Amino acid sequence: MSAATLSPRHGAVSSSVRHDSALKHTTGEAIYLDDQAGPPGMLHAALVTSPVAHGRLKGIDAAAALAMPGVVAMITAADIPGVNDVAPVGKDEPALATDKVEYLGHPVAIVVAATRDRAVHAAEAVRLNIEELPPVLTIEAALANESVVWPVMEMKRGDWAAAIAGAPQRLTGQVKVGGQEHFYLEGQIALAIPGEDGDMRLVASTQHPTEVQHIVSRLLGLPYNAVTTEVRRLGGGFGGKESQASLVAGLAALAARKTAKPVKLRLDRATDMRVTGKRHDFLARYEVGFDDEGRIRGLDILLASRAGWSADHSPPVMTRALCHIDNAYYLPATRARGFCCKTNTQSNTAFRGFGGPQGAAAIEAVVEHIARHLGRDPLAVRQLNYYGDGGRDVTPYGQRVFDNLLPRVTQEMLASSDWTARRAAIDAFNASSPVVKRGLGFMPLKFGVSFNLPTLNQGGALVHIYADGSIRLNHGGTEMGQGLHTKVAQVVADVFKVDLDRIKITATTTAEVPNTSATAASTGSDLNGMAAFAAANTIKERLIGFAAAHFGAALDQVVFQDNQVRAGNHVLDFGELAHLAWFHRISLSATGFYRTPDISWDPQSMTGEPFYYFSYGAAVAEVAIDTLTGEHKVLRADLLQDCGRSLNPAIDLGQIEGAFVQGMGWVTCEELWWDAQGRLRTDGPSTYKIPGSRDVPPIFNVRILENSPNPRPTIYRSKAIGEPPLLLAIAVWSALRDAVASLGDHRVPVSLDAPATPERVLFACEDMKRRAALR
Amino acid sequence: MTAEHRIRFLLNGQSRETAAASTTLLDFIRETERLTGTKEGCAEGDCGACTVVVTRVVNGEPVLEAVNACITLMGQVDGRAVTTVEGLLGPGRAAHPVQRLLAETDGTQCGFCTPGFVMSLHAFAQSGEAVTVENVHEALAGNLCRCTGYRPIVDTALGLAGPAREDATASPLGGLADSDVNVPGWHAPRTLADLLQLRAERPAAVLVAGATDLGLGPSRDRAPIVDAIDVTRVPELNDITETSTAIEIGAAVTYARALPHLDRLYPTLGTYLRRLGSRQIRNSGTIGGNLGTASPIGDSAPFLLALDAEIELASRAGSRHVAIADFFTGYRKTALKPDDVITTIRLPKLVDGDLFRCDKVSKRYDQDISNVAGTFRLRIEDGRVVEARLAYGGMAATPKRAMAAEACLVGGPFDAAAVDAAVAALPGDLAPIDDMRSTAAYRMAVAGNLLRRFLIAGPAPAGLEAMP
Ligand SMILES: Cc1cc2nc3c(=O)[nH]c(=O)nc-3n(C[C@H](O)[C@H](O)[C@H](O)COP(=O)(O)OP(=O)(O)OC[C@H]3O[C@@H](n4cnc5c(N)ncnc54)[C@H](O)[C@@H]3O)c2cc1C
Ligand code: FES
Ligand code: FES
Repeated sequence: MSAATLSPRHGAVSSSVRHDSALKHTTGEAIYLDDQAGPPGMLHAALVTSPVAHGRLKGIDAAAALAMPGVVAMITAADIPGVNDVAPVGKDEPALATDKVEYLGHPVAIVVAATRDRAVHAAEAVRLNIEELPPVLTIEAALANESVVWPVMEMKRGDWAAAIAGAPQRLTGQVKVGGQEHFYLEGQIALAIPGEDGDMRLVASTQHPTEVQHIVSRLLGLPYNAVTTEVRRLGGGFGGKESQASLVAGLAALAARKTAKPVKLRLDRATDMRVTGKRHDFLARYEVGFDDEGRIRGLDILLASRAGWSADHSPPVMTRALCHIDNAYYLPATRARGFCCKTNTQSNTAFRGFGGPQGAAAIEAVVEHIARHLGRDPLAVRQLNYYGDGGRDVTPYGQRVFDNLLPRVTQEMLASSDWTARRAAIDAFNASSPVVKRGLGFMPLKFGVSFNLPTLNQGGALVHIYADGSIRLNHGGTEMGQGLHTKVAQVVADVFKVDLDRIKITATTTAEVPNTSATAASTGSDLNGMAAFAAANTIKERLIGFAAAHFGAALDQVVFQDNQVRAGNHVLDFGELAHLAWFHRISLSATGFYRTPDISWDPQSMTGEPFYYFSYGAAVAEVAIDTLTGEHKVLRADLLQDCGRSLNPAIDLGQIEGAFVQGMGWVTCEELWWDAQGRLRTDGPSTYKIPGSRDVPPIFNVRILENSPNPRPTIYRSKAIGEPPLLLAIAVWSALRDAVASLGDHRVPVSLDAPATPERVLFACEDMKRRAALR
Repeated sequence: MTAEHRIRFLLNGQSRETAAASTTLLDFIRETERLTGTKEGCAEGDCGACTVVVTRVVNGEPVLEAVNACITLMGQVDGRAVTTVEGLLGPGRAAHPVQRLLAETDGTQCGFCTPGFVMSLHAFAQSGEAVTVENVHEALAGNLCRCTGYRPIVDTALGLAGPAREDATASPLGGLADSDVNVPGWHAPRTLADLLQLRAERPAAVLVAGATDLGLGPSRDRAPIVDAIDVTRVPELNDITETSTAIEIGAAVTYARALPHLDRLYPTLGTYLRRLGSRQIRNSGTIGGNLGTASPIGDSAPFLLALDAEIELASRAGSRHVAIADFFTGYRKTALKPDDVITTIRLPKLVDGDLFRCDKVSKRYDQDISNVAGTFRLRIEDGRVVEARLAYGGMAATPKRAMAAEACLVGGPFDAAAVDAAVAALPGDLAPIDDMRSTAAYRMAVAGNLLRRFLIAGPAPAGLEAMP
């Protein structure tokens, strides 16, 4: 999928244009926030955080810290001029603890000093007087106390109780999937620069400049127009720099306000991991009724997430998890409940997939449970339960699955991965291999695209054409490696039919495009691409009108092509037209706006049409496990992902591969571990292991589904790509379970939670051997 | 050794001097020089975002090695040439072939990991080693990327045209000599006698070898090393000598240098050691340092214990040999006396027919600390085990031999019954703990199963992929 399809005009839509910063990345010339020379007088901040998981804050003794050379100030909750609340969704999530500390790592104060080292050392010297309280550290403990950060959610369809009771077969079970640290390579960082009139300018590594603006305004007691956020690029985000970046920027702003100096706050890796939230780990408990073939009749499932100490994004994450509890399957009668459990740990947050992966993982475990209970091939049971026609096309939240590609992606995947032959080969291998066992896993995917909350589905853009024909593009999305700026620039280049390099990509800023949504929920190019399309077309229409009048041509005789414009018999360069239009006082600047049509959501009944469309995919993974140690290896993975009509196949391919490997980490090696005191002990790359290059399957066939334009009128009929492929990695988990199941002749349900570390795999093998022997 | 000699080195071809010996190379590059291409991702040597290439001259030949700038101290780069991602640019800031290729392969997304990968790839291309998938993974194991999924980066590495060394590195040091650094807080003696004298005179000073353990202080914990004695410039500590019965490795020999020798002499040890840290770590880290740290999960100890290695310790009073089994005296405690220096490690060779195997189990195959490490050696005569060494890391407060289990193996044939007996004896020998890496129960189960694997000489983790 290289740049084979480059069109004559460089950078056309649907061509594999390289990421705009690729060469700057490799030469080291791409500038990240910490690479910028700080403004004169800049100070550095460091955090004082709670050393205990739960307690009453009785006092803060900063005498020793403030006496240290170079230390300028300490800021506590009492110094906050506005409202001490950084909650993105709910309320009462203090930026700095007031009377209570609720997790080990809870920010209590900020120390500001002339250098970063001095700030760090001074922060260590601050003494906190805390009366310890017993912490709640697990989902189970929180569930037992009904300790939640949000009212319990309930999604219901049909008479689930009767359906289960009346089903020929019933099972109950439980499965857990772990959390995940984002491990963006660039840690959290923000720079706050005070201006006149109390204004504050933030340069931040954030996926949500507008939320940074709002939270800083709230903390400082300022109207939104007094705060500006700017971000050129992030060194990775993955959801971890949505609300969490607002906290970091908010704290920097408080320090800048108090000292009246620019202040930079950069969290070192351990502080970042101890302070900020992660992907929610989930516990699922279920009862399922089904027929003798494995067709689900009724499901009652409880999802419990570790929200951590505050709500943050836990409610919408749970909503999305519940909206993906069906994954590819028609569930005729369902009750799905969601508990966002309050624990004394980091406040968990957005992470690529936003609950979708956890919901889908749960139902995949249920479907496999059914299959093994019946001694049937999980693939057959999966297909039996797929969404289909004849009424089998309504989700538990009432939306119709109108664009079902599941049969198609499944057929293509089974063929391209040579499923049938490999299934037989693996079974033969296992029969003759006592220690190493192989497994084959399948994952079908249906992922709903749009923010669940309709309001958020809006995007804005601002396009200027200068009098020399160079174009400046600004839009509400942030660039964090996903190639969004490149894609949106491709859209604008396509509107004007000019080369991509005529377009200047600029830093995202709330000053140019206001009231934006987070670059999240995979919606970046859907929303901002459409907004930029609208802005560019506004100008284009003006140019057409002008050219038609000026050259005496009909409107439809003005044609943009290959960096030129033809108006009747006149042909001129795009730049010449721009100059001419300027000379004749035509406005060459326009805003564009887009809101996703036809979506709705009722959070009370948990019904509606929250998704503008669905994205589909399928994956097959093959693994080998060592039954002596539980060590395992993914030998091969085949992925097929629907991108609609891809805006940029090279970038989409990168998203698919990257998301899959990240998802593999989530289901295999990435494990978060808190000790009995609630201290996160996996707080750096030495203890928290993300996949390395060797972990990528040696045979890795990744394909974009061909000829599948989005049936919805999205930007050039493309589909979102950021999150869906992460779920394909559930195929690896499925393959590991298949390998374990081979020890029980595929007839004994496997109990293997994620992440499937070597330890969990070994114990699952031993458990399987014991249970198989009992049969 | 009285006059002050500042640290002199080349940075991207230009000479530099500093007295800030315990400053990290990363801070120097980013803060002092304002060269911001090199990134900090973790400050603990584990992510590779800070990777730079350090060139030294060995026997007249330049040797380019990737190292982690975050845990490299300025004192260590004296007399060396440091190349950062900016230093690869050609005239007119033209991109280097590695930089161009990685961009063209779509090997970057957020780009934050990228400069580190570029430098690892550059060192790999310059190393002259075969461009194989295995070598590529080994060369990249110290670099993490959270965005791309690595495939394009690995493709870039595979596309690097083999051993294409550059002219520019022919005389990389431009006549720069390895100076006798002597600045406040950093001494780099050139002779063993000077080293031992300094050691005796400065009881509070720390010995620094590769700084892959010690560097975390100044880097991650922001705690400078106040007084350091660099042991790596003493010739005796850099020697590798071999006799018919043993190999002696100087305490300051890096893993990278020791590997070819160990590969030849001990089956599976090379594979095992290539999982210790990353290439960056192995380019700096030493066995002497591993012993000095005396971590219960240090990866050297198990094979040294299984081989009945001897440690030579020296002080002004003279030198003595300590059996490795007597070296570890308690949790992170050793037989080192305050004025001792480890000078060499003596590893007996295997005898024909010896069974020997090293194993390591961790959450991730590459660059992870062991949950359990085990090295097993059996001497078999007339079908009977006459000597058994079962040595473990991660199973007790110190690296430890499982002596009761060893006894179960001695005297009879090496078979399933003997192994079952040995496995049953392990809980008496070992006392692992629960921690973030695994539970004690898992460690104990694996410790036993590694013996079973030894018996069937069955699949090592690498074997998982070697299967047809
Ligand atoms: C990212 C990363 C990954 C790692 N992975 C592993 C791993 O997989 N397995 C593993 O075992 N270790 C690992 N380590 C730890 C470390 O790399 C090893 O312990 C290494 O062998 C230390 O050697 P060094 O030369 O760098 O020691 P240094 O850091 O220089 O010194 C370590 C200690 O030894 C003392 N010392 C050094 N030389 C002598 C001497 N000649 N005489 C007496 N004392 C001396 C020092 O005073 C110090 O106390 C890892 C470290 C990092 C940062
Ligand atoms: S910054 Fe991560 S290895 Fe140096
Ligand atoms: S490109 Fe983002 S971490 Fe590698």
